[in-house]
Amino acid sequence: MNLTNFRFETDADGIALLTWDMPDRSMNVINQDVMKELGEVIDHVASNEAIKGCVITSGKPDSFSGGADLTMLEGFGAQFAQMAKSDGYEKAMNFFFEGTRSLSQLYRKLETCGKPFAAAINGVCLGGAFEMALACHYRVVSDNDKTRLGLPEVKVGLFPGAGGTQRVARLMQTGDALQMLFKGDQLRAQQVKTMNLVHEIAPVGEIVEKAKAWIKAGGKGVQPWDTKEFRLPSGKVYSPAGMMVWPAANAIYRRETNDNYPAVKAILHTVYEGLQLPMDLALKVESRWFAKILRSNEARAMIRTLFVSMGELNKGARRPKGIPPSAPKKVGVVGAGFMGASIAYVTALAGMEVVLVDRDQASADKGKDLSNKLMTQQISRGRAKTADRDALLARINATPDYDALKDCQLVIEAVFEDRVVKANVTKKVEAVISPDTIFASNTSTLPITSLAENSIRPEQFIGVHFFSPVERMQLVEVILGKKTGDKALAVALDYVRAIKKTGIVVNDSRGFFANRCVLNYIREGHLMLAEGIPAPMIENMAKQAGMPVGPLSLNDEVAIDLAWKIVQATIKDEGEGAVDKEQVWLLDTLVNKEGRLGRKNGKGFYDYPEKGEKKLWPGLSALQTKHLDPDTIDKQAMKDRMLFTQALEAARTVADHVITDPREADVGSILGFGFAPYTGGVLSMIDFMGAAKFVARAKELEAKFGARFKPCGLLEEMAAKGETFYGRFGAVKKAA
Amino acid sequence: MTDAFIYDAVRTPRGRGKQDGSLHEVSTLGLATTALKAIKDRNKLDTKLIDDVVLGCVDPVGEAGGDIARVAALTAEYGDHVPGIQINRFCASGLDAVNFAAAQVMSGQHDMTIGGGVESMSRVGIGASGGAWPVDPAIAIPSYFMPQGISADLIATKYGFTRDDCDAYAVESQKRAGKAWEEGRFKNSVVPVKDVNGLTILGRDEHMRPATDMQSLAALKPSFVMMAEQGGFGAVALQAHPEIEAVNHVHHAGNSSGIVDGAAAVLIGNEKAGKAAGLKPRARIRAFVNIGSEPAIMLTGPVDVTKKLLAKSGMKISDIDLFEVNEAFASVVLRFNQAFDVDPAKVNVNGGAIAMGHPLGATGAMILGTALDELERTGKSIALITLCIGVGMGTATIIERI
Repeated sequence: MNLTNFRFETDADGIALLTWDMPDRSMNVINQDVMKELGEVIDHVASNEAIKGCVITSGKPDSFSGGADLTMLEGFGAQFAQMAKSDGYEKAMNFFFEGTRSLSQLYRKLETCGKPFAAAINGVCLGGAFEMALACHYRVVSDNDKTRLGLPEVKVGLFPGAGGTQRVARLMQTGDALQMLFKGDQLRAQQVKTMNLVHEIAPVGEIVEKAKAWIKAGGKGVQPWDTKEFRLPSGKVYSPAGMMVWPAANAIYRRETNDNYPAVKAILHTVYEGLQLPMDLALKVESRWFAKILRSNEARAMIRTLFVSMGELNKGARRPKGIPPSAPKKVGVVGAGFMGASIAYVTALAGMEVVLVDRDQASADKGKDLSNKLMTQQISRGRAKTADRDALLARINATPDYDALKDCQLVIEAVFEDRVVKANVTKKVEAVISPDTIFASNTSTLPITSLAENSIRPEQFIGVHFFSPVERMQLVEVILGKKTGDKALAVALDYVRAIKKTGIVVNDSRGFFANRCVLNYIREGHLMLAEGIPAPMIENMAKQAGMPVGPLSLNDEVAIDLAWKIVQATIKDEGEGAVDKEQVWLLDTLVNKEGRLGRKNGKGFYDYPEKGEKKLWPGLSALQTKHLDPDTIDKQAMKDRMLFTQALEAARTVADHVITDPREADVGSILGFGFAPYTGGVLSMIDFMGAAKFVARAKELEAKFGARFKPCGLLEEMAAKGETFYGRFGAVKKAA
Repeated sequence: MTDAFIYDAVRTPRGRGKQDGSLHEVSTLGLATTALKAIKDRNKLDTKLIDDVVLGCVDPVGEAGGDIARVAALTAEYGDHVPGIQINRFCASGLDAVNFAAAQVMSGQHDMTIGGGVESMSRVGIGASGGAWPVDPAIAIPSYFMPQGISADLIATKYGFTRDDCDAYAVESQKRAGKAWEEGRFKNSVVPVKDVNGLTILGRDEHMRPATDMQSLAALKPSFVMMAEQGGFGAVALQAHPEIEAVNHVHHAGNSSGIVDGAAAVLIGNEKAGKAAGLKPRARIRAFVNIGSEPAIMLTGPVDVTKKLLAKSGMKISDIDLFEVNEAFASVVLRFNQAFDVDPAKVNVNGGAIAMGHPLGATGAMILGTALDELERTGKSIALITLCIGVGMGTATIIERI
């Protein structure tokens, strides 16, 4: 055997140790070479009489392996597409099916080669790597705090296709197995032990020893499911026990996905079908579904946006080259209101010193108290210790004194959205900070270029737009003013990364990127209501379209009077023609006549009772001048309207050069406002549909529902030329 | 086309479908045999005339499996030459069996047939035969599978029936059934189930609670809340009918059909066969149809199938003197009445399955017999019999008294 990714040695007892340790990589990954070498090792172990069995472990300090190389899977996809053109679908599909099931077959070979295999796992062991472990006849995991096992494929639109669904469903009760596969969580050693997915937990230094001991003690190279005595943990699918599981599992799938995630549905199919078959056939059925899901737009879009693009952005794809990494140690936050207090919290949580400034001590203290509250919550949930809270609070200096900001590397203002107030703060801060310090404004509405006019050093002035609630929302829009310099951008992106969020870089415009899309989404809800569509149908269809919350619910969160003010500002700046009369009527009625402002006053589109869940305000129906028969309303059109209005606006932000990199629009739309993740984001939705088809549908919507669905010139041009955003704007050449 | 006449219709009483129910000791075969024997004995029927026995059975497994119709024909001593076939269209199986038996006559291929049905819910158990529909994701997901009670609650929510509306309907069903028994309106059809010595095991429907009132029903908790919340079916309901904010759970044991045991049989033949048997026709089968309807809400099939049947037979809703709409759940009948704006005084006049129970495979044949008895008692002419069905279907039949 000539191994480059593994070391192989056999001890005096005849037990082999296969140490997976790929050169020039910090983490092991499954690729074609690894598969080839593992295949050779299995043959060697199986055929060599002197070898009793084999232990597989990793040579990396804190990881076993992160799983299969997604680009390998993408490679099969590209070959398939090419072959389909040259040799026809059937031949290409056969090639693709055989290629994408080769890992599954390799693992089956491992578990049926006749010799016992044991996995000794320390650290991260995910996806295809955990599936490798599941194919081993015995699994020992370390009690290391960093040990994490799981099958996270569903998070990028895939599912475990190398036997994972079949082995998990043969080790756990069906309901628990489905839940584990649906969620894709990364689990700790004790959890996987309780779930019956591993056999033994041991200290890091003893895992190999324990695995060898099992083989030495006569551990058999036969999986339970390959013995005659084997009984499924939940019994047969068609049994009273099965009736307790399957109908609910199918319903819960719908509840959790709105039937938008084919990979999750494929898990149901593979487990349902597989549990009625012997293992070899079950694996074949799993492979059939895997080949189908791998080719789905949902998987391709989700892998690109949530894995590839997000990874690239987090690694600084948009960070200006040549600026040394900045590691802000001390960050100022001016304005200790809800946003400022939250920004202070996430900054301190990331280990930075924070100076939290407000007009008086009491206001500053009140802002700091939010950190106390949030940490106390974490403690009560067992996610933090009292000492963590004390240390975090000690890092926050709440003060009315601007002088305390003087040695901060970055100051973020989060004061009231008012030009004069912001101008004053800018002056006061710039009076004390060092010439190197970057000044960032957390504004959600005011253009950065105009705010920077109040700065004596506009090249160091930048926008950082956080989303609420800051501690949960993963996105920060970094906004460039006309004069913003590279250093400001680099520092802002470094800071965003330091607080473990993802930054996207956008050019200045009213509403920047995210809010432009979100406001369109909310408006569509308003207009549907005005048309006579029942309010629950608007909210429910939004969820069916893939949005996390309905437009009316979302408007309640951001406040209806804010929507009213924005509409008024648009009228003031752009005239009556720039707004929809129906929307103005609805907002005017709700805000000015009914006093319904949103969640903040307990009265919005919903009522917010002191006890119990929010409910749609029954008065909405009386407000509507028309009532459409729900059975005659075109549901697909409703879904399209809610997504198209956002995607069209996103395309306009590209045409306006607010967005310059499609990856940022896609990642930003999913992280910032939860845009239907199965689409891969606002621009991927267009790319995967095809610009021509998208434009044609937009025009239908325009004809039926109004000019807001008119595609911009850029889209028309892309449709005519058959272009994609990723192709035209060149971020990831190979994709889409 | 040959006319198919109804020469007779019988049913067993309905026993509570539990271990303490009177018919629990009687096998499925015993129940079916009782009905078939009654047809033979009380008509002094020459069974050589019988060409086929079609029986509905919804859970045809175990003792009810393997073609219960053929074995029941043998135990009822119809003779070796009488074949049998068991069919299943869920809750309408009994009516479909009558229709299938009638179709054999109408087509001219057979002269005299029996349609009917049997279900021992206490012995075999509802759902015992399994099936892909709720289990296999390939159908459960696209068809928005929900347990029927949740679909019934969805109907109530969508069409605006409150808990009080449904309870009031149930009270009326009990009252009507009680009165019908009191006045002996079922005496022509109900045949007692007897033991090997000829002692009567059950002679009367035992599920009824004629004393039921609004207060006693108000004490019952809705049955399908937990299933909807924990089983995820509430979310499925909203995805199928998104105009609803939340399902209003109104149904419970008191306003849903009762789980019972029982069997029924209907003797059908052409004119010639009737003459040969020396029997006088009681009614003519005018028309029947089947339909598929939206499967999530599932139980609105009676509305769709009635529209189809009226159109096919060139009749108007006002031509119908009497309706039997199976009381699977209160909301099913309330929706039927609402959709056609029919007078509730014409619908289920002698009570229904809420009071007397719904022995799944037999009910359709039973309520056809009930309608026939009532036409004869009142001298009215036309009755329409319909049932809602699992996975969204409807079956309906129009009969005309002679």
